Amino acid sequence: MILDDNLGPEGDCVYAALMAAHEGLSEAESHSLNARLVLMLANEVGDPARLEALFKAARSLA
Amino acid sequence: MAYAYTPFPYSPPPGLTAPEPRHPVVIVGAGPIGLSMAVDLALRGVKSVVLDDNNVVSLGSRAICWAKRTLEIFDRLGIGERMLEKGVTWKVGRQFHGAREVYNFDLLPEPGHKYPAFVNLQQYYVEEYLVERAQDFPDLIDLRFLNKVTDHKGHTDHVELTVETPDGPYTLETDWYIACDGAGSATRKRMNLPFEGQTFDEHFLIADVEMETSPFGDHDTPERWFWFAPPFHNGQSALLHKQPDNIYRIDLQLGPETDPKAEATEQKVVPRLKQMLGEAPFRLDWMSVYKFRCARLEKFVHDRVVFVGDSAHVVSPFGARGGNGGVQDVDNLGWKLAAVVHGDARPSLIETYNIERGHGADENMRHSARATNFMTPKSPIEALFRDQVLTLASEHPFARKLINSGRLSQPCSLAHSPLQTAGDAPLRPGSALIDAPLIGARGESWLLREVQGQFTLLAVGEIAAPEVPGLDRIGVGQSHDRYRCFDDHQGHAQRRYGSGFLYLLRPDGHVCAVFDQPDSAAIARAFDRAKGAAA
Repeated sequence: MILDDNLGPEGDCVYAALMAAHEGLSEAESHSLNARLVLMLANEVGDPARLEALFKAARSLA
Repeated sequence: MAYAYTPFPYSPPPGLTAPEPRHPVVIVGAGPIGLSMAVDLALRGVKSVVLDDNNVVSLGSRAICWAKRTLEIFDRLGIGERMLEKGVTWKVGRQFHGAREVYNFDLLPEPGHKYPAFVNLQQYYVEEYLVERAQDFPDLIDLRFLNKVTDHKGHTDHVELTVETPDGPYTLETDWYIACDGAGSATRKRMNLPFEGQTFDEHFLIADVEMETSPFGDHDTPERWFWFAPPFHNGQSALLHKQPDNIYRIDLQLGPETDPKAEATEQKVVPRLKQMLGEAPFRLDWMSVYKFRCARLEKFVHDRVVFVGDSAHVVSPFGARGGNGGVQDVDNLGWKLAAVVHGDARPSLIETYNIERGHGADENMRHSARATNFMTPKSPIEALFRDQVLTLASEHPFARKLINSGRLSQPCSLAHSPLQTAGDAPLRPGSALIDAPLIGARGESWLLREVQGQFTLLAVGEIAAPEVPGLDRIGVGQSHDRYRCFDDHQGHAQRRYGSGFLYLLRPDGHVCAVFDQPDSAAIARAFDRAKGAAA
């Protein structure tokens, strides 16, 4: 799991692209998009141990 | 045509008039599990008394999907070919979201197996075949219908039972009491044993309909069809299976806010089915409205009382892991109990049944609970993720594999069992055997037919099987003058088992050790271990 910066100079760019992906969607549509993204990113990572660590790290802030 | 229920005969048991000598084994429950247990023991020369409070086979089709591994076990017990002949063979599952197919799977895409991925056959036929098979052993199996066990008392080395019959009560003593009395096990309740797990709130309607017009369409190719958000039913899911005699199984999810009594009526059920089946005429053969849970006993062995099948563990039906799991319990326990009864193993060997099948039950419950959670989301966020999996699935292959309408029964691995010896080969220790066609001196055969039922040392390809006392040997893809050898004419055996390996096989069709050298001392050690020397 990488929690230090991994996006480098592209961080602002990636964030803006994520916001753009949501633009014009209702809140419900955005929640659906987020759910699809989580599933697609999980497949992209592909490593159950890393994913489990990420789920725990995200949950710890809830 | 509706199944014709014929009552089995009752005759007054000897215990009514004079005390019976202590029996080696009493089996409580003559369902598919209890009857399989009796036949397995009889094949090993062990006598049993089978007690059942009823005198007919299962009312309603109940368990219908019999998995490949179960059919292979039933082949050994002597009813597999009959099931294959009568049953409906299928291997493809299709999943729909609304009216659209989003994913399909083929459970057995390769040839070279005696049995298919699944055969659908109503539980009443399986019980009928098992009763007839049990009657082949009149000196070993004592079937007692209308004999209801009303009490039992366990001791460290035997169990006392009180049995009620139409002619009054009597008592029995047995060295081993095998509780095959189902999900509502009276044995378990009398012993006050906790039966814990996860309960699901959703109600399901299960219905068998007989109809000439196939709901699978003009070709009537039997498959497993599962719908999320079906277009014909105002509920979360629907499932369709074909059974023999033009009977189709339909499961409709009804939701948690359901009155099961009101739903389980023809007035309610027939209109629901008409929405699915259209105007084609059908006859309602059987129906039930149910909720389910995943639960198990903490221990399956309590001194001389052993729980087998649903009395020990229950799962949701999606995945066909109930009846199939129970038959695998029987396969695991049969040879061990016979070895203990014959004095060839210590009673502690039975504890390995608890370990191995407890592991199997956990695996079945895990799969079954995950499928049920997918099908019945508990919160808006679970529903959101489930719906997005279905949305993604129409475009992206990765999401198709996440759709879970039941992961269908597979034999579980025994890799971590104390009876196994670690090793490396194409089929690793703990794996269930994979069948393969063979040709021997007496013609065509199957690998499983040749090796199941007893410990066997299997030599495949370029390696000879050394002699090990008490161990049968067979060779495949080789010739040897001291043991039976078979031609691997289609190459399936060597594709599945490699060449140059020795496999030590358990009576229940699992690999317990592998070798790439003919080291008879090492094989003998693994053989002792597999028979429970360390248990």
